[in-house]
Amino acid sequence: MTIAIASGKGGTGKTWLATNLAAFLSQSQPVLLIDMDVEEPNDHIFIGGDTVNTLDAHRMIPAWDKNKCTFCGECSGNCNFNAIIQLHKTIAIFDQLCHGCFACAELCPTKALTMRPHQIGKVTETVKGNLRLIEGCLNPSEEQPVPLIHQLHQMAKLNHGRFPVHLYDCPPGTSCPVVEATKHADYVILVTEPTPFGLNDIHLAVQTMRLLGKEFGVVINRDGIGDNQVEAYCLKEKIKILGKIPFHRQIAEVCCRGELMYNHPVIAKKLQNIINAIPRKS
Amino acid sequence: MQYRGSHEIVVLSGKGGTGKTSIAASLAALAKDMAVAADCDVEAANMHLLLKPDIEQEIDFYSGQYAVVRQDLCDLCGLCKRKCRFGAISIREERCHIDPVDCEGCGYCARICPKGAIEMKPVNSGKVFTSQNRLHMPMVHASLHTGRGNSGKLVAKVKAEAGALAKKHNKPFIIIDGPPGIGCPAISSLSGADLVILVAEPAASGIHDLRRLTEVVKKLNHKMACVVNKCDINKEKTSELKDLLNQQHILHLADLPFDETFTRAIMAEKTMAEMPSPIKHTLIKIWKTIQTHLSEH
Repeated sequence: MTIAIASGKGGTGKTWLATNLAAFLSQSQPVLLIDMDVEEPNDHIFIGGDTVNTLDAHRMIPAWDKNKCTFCGECSGNCNFNAIIQLHKTIAIFDQLCHGCFACAELCPTKALTMRPHQIGKVTETVKGNLRLIEGCLNPSEEQPVPLIHQLHQMAKLNHGRFPVHLYDCPPGTSCPVVEATKHADYVILVTEPTPFGLNDIHLAVQTMRLLGKEFGVVINRDGIGDNQVEAYCLKEKIKILGKIPFHRQIAEVCCRGELMYNHPVIAKKLQNIINAIPRKS
Repeated sequence: MQYRGSHEIVVLSGKGGTGKTSIAASLAALAKDMAVAADCDVEAANMHLLLKPDIEQEIDFYSGQYAVVRQDLCDLCGLCKRKCRFGAISIREERCHIDPVDCEGCGYCARICPKGAIEMKPVNSGKVFTSQNRLHMPMVHASLHTGRGNSGKLVAKVKAEAGALAKKHNKPFIIIDGPPGIGCPAISSLSGADLVILVAEPAASGIHDLRRLTEVVKKLNHKMACVVNKCDINKEKTSELKDLLNQQHILHLADLPFDETFTRAIMAEKTMAEMPSPIKHTLIKIWKTIQTHLSEH
């Protein structure tokens, strides 16, 4: 089963829940955890483990061969993203604007453009006991996380079958990176907090999941800091609350040190209850 | 008085949930007569919950395109499906389907369709709101429609509207609540920034994320200053964080304690600058330092 852990708002505790759930579950079965928050990946800090594999992540962008170019202007006309501009006797390519559609290269009448891999980040695989972590890390100044998340899905596919449980730690927000990260999930856990911010953002996250046709439930983190409006919202919308993690300064302190808490009896019980509340795929 | 342009102050953190919105809204409240407030976290905007804008104008934001098949013209040749790099096209039950969520809007399919059966349509990707907020400041915020892309362009639109309001109302500052991460929306929020305020947490993940963010900001040549939030939660990490600031010559503005004022203000739907707490005085100092810094540099 593939479970994605997402939220609209950042900093609600996605990584905390994903890493602790992964470590907790790995006590009894092999678990694959994928950190899809490639702009700011943090799972490795909590999991540790031994690195078994590192590889470069790429996306495809065009390279220009001036000897073959007739300056016909087709390429810039075919680019919907303004990533190619013909200046006087030169073709300027703006890497960060390119979406990798291949139209410029494949439609160039003289084959003056070819698609080449452009390194955008790294993928690291680490192993700790029964737990394998695959983490995507986007190079700073790269603007597009989606191609890297796409590559993580392909790696997940390769590992399919070896791991009965896949957990995806997703990026915050409601746009393309989240859509890409939750794409192949059987179930999505939305993490929020019981404040007006949490309420506003869970509403947005719910809309996104409904648009994508995903089955989902909610975990309320830092329970006790605010009010019961998130709970009331979930009740009204008939959204399953999978569990609540109480607010405690000690949890925040342990988290700041980059340590896990799944061994703590209270937390272990909360994690088990969340797992039990997730509907099993038939 | 002649308008001399405004200083853009962008609050960022890399990691989410470090207190960007609480601090940006508080700075806005302190600067109220002199500033425009703008929320560039267009995917999960929260600043409006504290500043309560009275919306004056709602602008539909169109960005990019998506492909639509005209079934009456399509002969199911499958060329579009083979050429689409985004896996957005499928042929099922004798119909060609293009998934609007997966479609990147590159228009390749429309260009090569032998029957001319694919049309590109503009995407309505969100709304931009201009307003007066409850502190009588001009404000801009936005909402990205669910699941839509191009949030970086929506961020640019929010900034453009904020710039226009600052000019119109002759405000010397624009205070911007930024998006999390270091990708396209964050980079877009940085363009034209006079000062980037980093809100950092002394946590293993907070430091990791801040380091990556400072790399991006440095490459784009923006000045940075930092507020350390929850400074008392981990002494070791706090000193590690301060070392990082020192090494990178980032102005350390102040330390804020792990304090329930943050939550109390959010629950009261107010800024921390309006709550009776020692944090208020630290915020006043921060705002003064920012003004001095901007006038000197």
